[in-house]
Amino acid sequence: MSQDTWDLLLQSFLPLVEGAIRGTIPLALASFALGIVIALGVALMRLSKVRVVSGIARIYVSIIRGTPLLVQLFVIFYGLPSIGLLLDPWPSAIIAFSLNVGGYAAEVIRAAILSVPKGQWEAGHTIGMSRLQTLRRVILPQAARVSVPPLSNTFISLVKDTSLASLILVSELFRQAEEIAAFSQKFMVVYIEAALIYWLICLVLSAGQSVLEKKLDRYVAH
Amino acid sequence: MSRTDDPLQPPTPAGRAITEPGDATVLEVRALQKSFGPTQVLRSIDLTVRRGQVVALIGPSGSGKTTVLRSLNGLEVPEAGIVHFAGSDAIDFASSPSRRELLGLRDHSAMVFQQFNLFPHRTVLQNVIEGPVQVQKRPVAEATADALALLERVGLADKRHAYPFELSGGQQQRVGIVRALALKPELLLFDEPTSSLDPELVGDVLEVIRELASEGWTMVLVTHELQFASHVADNVVFMDGGVVVESGPPSEVLVNPKNDRTKQFLHRLLDR
Ligand SMILES: Nc1ncnc2c1ncn2[C@@H]1O[C@H](COP(=O)(O)OP(=O)(O)OP(=O)(O)O)[C@@H](O)[C@H]1O
Ligand SMILES: [Mg+2]
Repeated sequence: MSQDTWDLLLQSFLPLVEGAIRGTIPLALASFALGIVIALGVALMRLSKVRVVSGIARIYVSIIRGTPLLVQLFVIFYGLPSIGLLLDPWPSAIIAFSLNVGGYAAEVIRAAILSVPKGQWEAGHTIGMSRLQTLRRVILPQAARVSVPPLSNTFISLVKDTSLASLILVSELFRQAEEIAAFSQKFMVVYIEAALIYWLICLVLSAGQSVLEKKLDRYVAH
Repeated sequence: MSRTDDPLQPPTPAGRAITEPGDATVLEVRALQKSFGPTQVLRSIDLTVRRGQVVALIGPSGSGKTTVLRSLNGLEVPEAGIVHFAGSDAIDFASSPSRRELLGLRDHSAMVFQQFNLFPHRTVLQNVIEGPVQVQKRPVAEATADALALLERVGLADKRHAYPFELSGGQQQRVGIVRALALKPELLLFDEPTSSLDPELVGDVLEVIRELASEGWTMVLVTHELQFASHVADNVVFMDGGVVVESGPPSEVLVNPKNDRTKQFLHRLLDR
């Protein structure tokens, strides 16, 4: 490799990492946290015996899963202003990503709740707990354990998907890469460097996932 | 339930009108009916349980024994019939009782399940104090002290910090019993408490139930252990086809059954 290439790699490293730390990671964390709250609500609605309630949740999940994330992002950032709702890039991105996570994770959480044996509900009831109490203290803690592996995957996908936010002007890792690449005209070098940084983040997350799974595995009935 | 109670003893009917007619009766069940879809599982079940009594519910598989217990505990809602716990208003299922009334059923009884159904994410001690603390709102220290006394009693005090998966089936079921006892229910409901245990673990659990019976706890026990039923029960109720076919003391129902169906059932069980 030429000296120029090395220099470029070194010079662009800090801006790219900064893009990750100031853009990609907080965007992913905030969207995931919000997304999980949405997902829990949607999952509970899906499990409701009231047809209308579960129907609304079903339609929501269907729309989220049946349309491209990029389109969802553009509807919120470029579409909403036409009906008078003008949002900045960051809030737009967080809303789009958390709604998206909400749709995917809702199915994971719903399946996890259903995977807890019926006897656990009955055990909660026989000691006098209401449905809500049983859900909160008996069912959800067990469902949470079951959901860790699939939700970790959702989170890792989200980290990569945040690169789409570059298209609505959020200055995250990939947007930084685009600017450096355009300026230096060294597309290959800069984009591969960006790819490696994404990869590194995902490797760390995967390692964290397996540690977490091992820890939780202890308490799950086999 | 008064707080000075010894946790090991069955609760006394504190605050209940002593002059209430039929004071010794804890539970009256009349003409209970329950269907699942087109199949009527309970046609008309009558049952009376007196204070301190052990009632053994026996009958062929699918005769609805579990359904009766679950109905008493508000886990299943019958279509018709009356369940009346002394000290509370009778619940008439035909007049679609409110949710509050149904939940009220659970204040009177606690169930010990065939599959234990312990909370896998909580330790033994946490399993036992969950109801007293979260539902009955008793102070943690007090509930813990009571729980430890009860665990001591079934030989599991040293396992208080273990998780259910670390225990044998017999130990798990003893925790299941203690979890029910900790609520100080007027009535304990046992659904085949030993039938998912390895044979060598059955004895310990039956021994605990036998002791509870002799201490005066009131209980309804579904069991296939006829030998045990004949020792521990004051009353044996034989169910078949959704009705009570025959009931009475074990010396009658188990030794000299009058009804042909009872005879057949006992023969089949003894021949196995
Ligand atoms: N939730 C349910 N939905 C549909 N059918 C049910 C349900 N629960 C029980 N049944 C049916 O009701 C009948 C009585 O069941 P139940 O469990 O009360 O019998 P049991 O006397 O306890 O039998 P066993 O000795 O096998 O435990 C069975 O035919 C069973 O298939
Ligand atoms: Mg049964």
